[in-house]
Amino acid sequence: MDWLANVEAMVHHSRIKVPYTWSVGETGSRFFVELRDHRRILGRRCEGCRTVYVPPRKMCARCFQDTGAWVEVGPEGTLLTYTIVRYANELQPVKAPLAYGIIQLDGASTGLVHLLGDVDLKAIRSGMRLAPVFQEKRAGTILDIAYFQPVKAA
Amino acid sequence: MERVAIVGVGQIQQERNKVQDTFADMVFEATTKALEQAGIGIRQIENVVSASNDFWDGRTISSMAINDACGSYDKNISCVEGDGTFAAFYGMTRILSGAYDTTLVVAHCKGSESHSAHITNAMFDPLYVRSLGVDSIGSAALQARRYLDRYGITEEQCALVSVKNHGNAFRNPCAQLPLKLTVADVMKSRMLADPIKLLDASPISDGACAIILAREPVARKITDRPVWIRGVGYCADAYHLGDRDLAECDALSKASQKAYQMGGIRNPRKELDVVELYDAFSYQELLWTEGLGLCGRGEGGKLVESGATQMKGEIPVTPSGGLLSAHTVTAAGLVRIAEAVLQLRGGAGEHQIPGAKTALAHGVNGPCGQSHCVWILGV
Repeated sequence: MDWLANVEAMVHHSRIKVPYTWSVGETGSRFFVELRDHRRILGRRCEGCRTVYVPPRKMCARCFQDTGAWVEVGPEGTLLTYTIVRYANELQPVKAPLAYGIIQLDGASTGLVHLLGDVDLKAIRSGMRLAPVFQEKRAGTILDIAYFQPVKAA
Repeated sequence: MERVAIVGVGQIQQERNKVQDTFADMVFEATTKALEQAGIGIRQIENVVSASNDFWDGRTISSMAINDACGSYDKNISCVEGDGTFAAFYGMTRILSGAYDTTLVVAHCKGSESHSAHITNAMFDPLYVRSLGVDSIGSAALQARRYLDRYGITEEQCALVSVKNHGNAFRNPCAQLPLKLTVADVMKSRMLADPIKLLDASPISDGACAIILAREPVARKITDRPVWIRGVGYCADAYHLGDRDLAECDALSKASQKAYQMGGIRNPRKELDVVELYDAFSYQELLWTEGLGLCGRGEGGKLVESGATQMKGEIPVTPSGGLLSAHTVTAAGLVRIAEAVLQLRGGAGEHQIPGAKTALAHGVNGPCGQSHCVWILGV
């Protein structure tokens, strides 16, 4: 540290910005096309262990074999866990504070990470029932689901 | 199986912003210190395994950027993109393969040079998760909530970990953030992502660490105080957060069972003298103590409340102050190994656990403890 008394510590400012085009693959493409065109959420079931993966996976990690069948899941589901992020970062699609949850859609074995919206942040609890709200204009991305909101009591 | 020893470790001061050092400078300092402690020269190092992350370094093949700083430029060097404990595992297996007598393992990270949210968001799948803006704090909060809900762990119990580890850091000259705290201080600190508050989270840190491994006959020539690797276990869980039950840590249980079996540990709570954990967030120490079998499932909160994990408790956990007091990401697990070695050599100074003979060091890679590496070291 001694040299800092004699020399200004120089700092170089830069930024890495690299374009990517990620191939979504057959399994993911079917999922996103279905989401975009029909507002339906699809999972893939492993015929070995009956696990229903959402988002759908081409292979079952547990059985190490191809998942065999498409199944429609949800649209409603149960909140497994949640958080309310209070700080802003440049990547958040909505303004902080924003709520995230892991939602187990009806018929799915796994949880889907997504945004929670149209909800009193203080009233969010694990176990609450949720339904997806779809974007009017959909592009075939995970944000075609705008967020999950609490199911209103009948 | 032939025994492998750790014959030297080198740590450097961990700081919020080491503006005076490039990351290669840090690697040079840590490597030099490890060589000094072992009492050998760089020519006695036969190969190098490094741990770094290209996103954190801002350059690809980041191991090549430290080539001269770790003395590997005319040797075999391979890089582990992940925590240093996994690099040490690879370094050990290189010796066990019979190809090398000595391996230098070195890890570095400068958290100060980029933006944590950008880099940790990039851990996640670009198709399904990244565009949601989730980062390391948000994902950890999802795990914390699940764990607290499942077992009735309280935020105050998590806060006790922060109080303990920041307090321990006062006795560790390499720690970055010693703080005298109360549970109320932690509870009052700014909410980042419920239930994680500022003082439940680890700081942004710069640092590096190096260790030198040697096969038994070579180790005995280098030092009369080798620290033996008695057991190692390594286990990875699923990538997608929603594929895992985040309230549990089965990968850690499996990794520790492998390490205990290899090391002949039957009752870890009784047989371990000191434990150094990868506590990136306060709740993680509670969850990891459960995964390691130091207490039953859901009993991590009671364990910290009992005082057993204090410096002078029955099973001291993270006397160094841990990641809560300096989170050097890819170097953080290797620091845990280096700390365990200091304890076993009686060289930990003010945070020495008297008479420590058996130590556990732990490293994590991936969000919410996706993979774990557990080390049992002994003298």
